[in-house]
Amino acid sequence: MTAPASDGPAITFDHVSFRVNGRALVRELALSVNQGETLVLLGRSGSGKTTSLKLVNRLLLPSTGEVRVNGQSTTEWDPIRLRRSIGYVIQDGGLFPHFTVARNIGLVPEIENWPKEKIEARVHEMLALVGLSPELTDRYPQQLSGGQRQRVGVARALAADPPILLLDEPFGALDPLTRAEMQKEFRGLQQRMKKTAIFVTHDLREALLLADRVALMEDGRLIVNLPVTEFPHSQEPLVRAYMEAFSTEPR
Amino acid sequence: MNFWHFMVTNRQQVLDLTLEHITLVGLSIIFAVLIGIPLGILITRVPQLSKAVIGGANVIQTIPSLALFGFLLPAPWIGERGGRLAVLALTLYALLPLIRNTYAGIRSVDPAVVEAGRAMGLTDRQLLFQVELPLASGVIVAGVRIATVLSVGVATIAAAIGAGGLGEFIFRGIGMVDNQVILAGAVPAALLALSADVGLGALERRLGTLRLRS
Repeated sequence: MTAPASDGPAITFDHVSFRVNGRALVRELALSVNQGETLVLLGRSGSGKTTSLKLVNRLLLPSTGEVRVNGQSTTEWDPIRLRRSIGYVIQDGGLFPHFTVARNIGLVPEIENWPKEKIEARVHEMLALVGLSPELTDRYPQQLSGGQRQRVGVARALAADPPILLLDEPFGALDPLTRAEMQKEFRGLQQRMKKTAIFVTHDLREALLLADRVALMEDGRLIVNLPVTEFPHSQEPLVRAYMEAFSTEPR
Repeated sequence: MNFWHFMVTNRQQVLDLTLEHITLVGLSIIFAVLIGIPLGILITRVPQLSKAVIGGANVIQTIPSLALFGFLLPAPWIGERGGRLAVLALTLYALLPLIRNTYAGIRSVDPAVVEAGRAMGLTDRQLLFQVELPLASGVIVAGVRIATVLSVGVATIAAAIGAGGLGEFIFRGIGMVDNQVILAGAVPAALLALSADVGLGALERRLGTLRLRS
């Protein structure tokens, strides 16, 4: 299940553009993510963050340039193998409404033909990892709170132990308290697991809390790509604008 | 002659014609499901075909049923027996609700859920059988229900080409200008339609709750 190990970056965007109907959603993106690093893609809606994310697990293919995962272009990867080695978390979980919590979490192990007992054990392990009671296994997503659904979404993405995680505004739909809780837990989880992660958000506070590096995007372009410690001190006007909006935010 | 009296004295024939009617409708619904659901799935995969397929099924539906039976009469093998011909015509009629509901049902599945499945590495096949079809099943069964109720009615006309079924009583009653005989065909047919509606409706609601969970 683990993707072939390599010493280079886990994910590389090599001058990637993505156009649809002549409109460029991503322009000449050049960026790499090292093994075990959390990169936050920051930007407002329509800046190309989500599109960039989907170029990694081949939900989209670049119009020009290439995206390499473990050194291999996504066009050369078998899409099914590639996706099963990448966990994907989206807003509100994207859970299967007709599957129980257990089946949602155990789906990738199931289609990878793990033995039944191993899947069951893994589901319980994952529930514990994201702080959910094992009593929830037989519930359906609609019977859960937003925060619980999001935790199940994270558990599902981690179930087959993929080396890479893609997260698309995973905590965007949660109330502020639950969101803060989930952010803290995710940070703790990442410190232990050290997955290679790309985390998409429009929330600077979230970016500064979770990132090893922050890449700021605007209008399909990468504006800056800095370690999280250096980001707040950048003189780039757009970064200044973000920092200003952040510091005047009512507490 | 009183309606009940007619039913009781002719109970064997009522039963036979009812069973014949159920066979005609049952067989054609089975064929329509076997053809219509795959066609409905196909046009979600090849959307360029959707206009032609749904349009074609629509055109068939607009042909008056008696005329459709007539058109099919010269067909080889099929035209030799009224029963075969009736099953073919009824199958053609039942296609539209099945194709349309399968298509609409799959299209109505939350795109975020489908994309999540794709992103998790489900193959097209797994996505179809584990995600799309289960979530569309309520709408698809609604199509089966509509097609069945429709077929029970249209099948009464099959008697005109000698296919049997409850239409026998209706046509005979018209010929005899005897309402009791017409009712002997019409009442059981109405009951069949009603029970198909209720039974499949219950199944549909059961499957529909799956969708409500999203």
